[in-house]
Amino acid sequence: MTDIIKEDQILDCSGLLCPMPIVNVSKAIKELQSGQILKMIATDAGSPPDIEAWSRQTGNELLRSLTEDGKFVFFLKKK
Amino acid sequence: MSKSDPSAPKRLALIASKGTLDWAYPPFILASAAGAMGWEVGIFFTFYGLTLLKPQLSAAVTPVGNPAMPMKMPFGSESFQNINWPIPQMIMTNVPGFNALATTLMKQTFENKGVASIEELRQSCVDLDVRLIGCQMTMDVFGFKREDFIKEAEIGGAATFLEYASEADVQLFI
Repeated sequence: MTDIIKEDQILDCSGLLCPMPIVNVSKAIKELQSGQILKMIATDAGSPPDIEAWSRQTGNELLRSLTEDGKFVFFLKKK
Repeated sequence: MSKSDPSAPKRLALIASKGTLDWAYPPFILASAAGAMGWEVGIFFTFYGLTLLKPQLSAAVTPVGNPAMPMKMPFGSESFQNINWPIPQMIMTNVPGFNALATTLMKQTFENKGVASIEELRQSCVDLDVRLIGCQMTMDVFGFKREDFIKEAEIGGAATFLEYASEADVQLFI
């Protein structure tokens, strides 16, 4: 069993294609404090590798990624 | 900031040399993605790419000379939308207004699929502090003035771009 992650903010990028999911994630994460968690939802099939790359490049940790109701869900912790 | 500073962010230097709708996408997509990753980004707009700095974008696409361009409809059932219409080049070349039609269809298809418009992507670039550099030489050749472009644009020449690109981690000509 995995622990429940409690997000501080939710960002829904459903229906958006590259590059808008990561553009919107970068905007949303700027609004958070260090250590806070952003839950991001996307339908773009390219978003799993792109969010991983974004996380590596920006240093904001990808805590977990999963699929839920056919959508991709990411939990990102602001560095 | 330069690469001699180890804490400097990565840098992307792009040349945008084409002004059609299809070719307007790559520089703005890559620039906004890199900006979203915290990179420093500069785009040098030269030749036909320079028109992408106008306040009102009128980028169009033409099937003529683009034999690989899929001709698809942005409406109807999914199987209908997936049909690649075999329209002869003779017709696409000679029917008045065909480019306008192709442009409308491409814009509508992109919108339906969730692709941002060029206007939105350019605004994202502006919001992410992407440097938008217009080519002075092209301005002189085509008769553009500084006030023909959005206020966020700056003007420079080859040396301006090369100095910036020499410190970049990624450089692409588009």
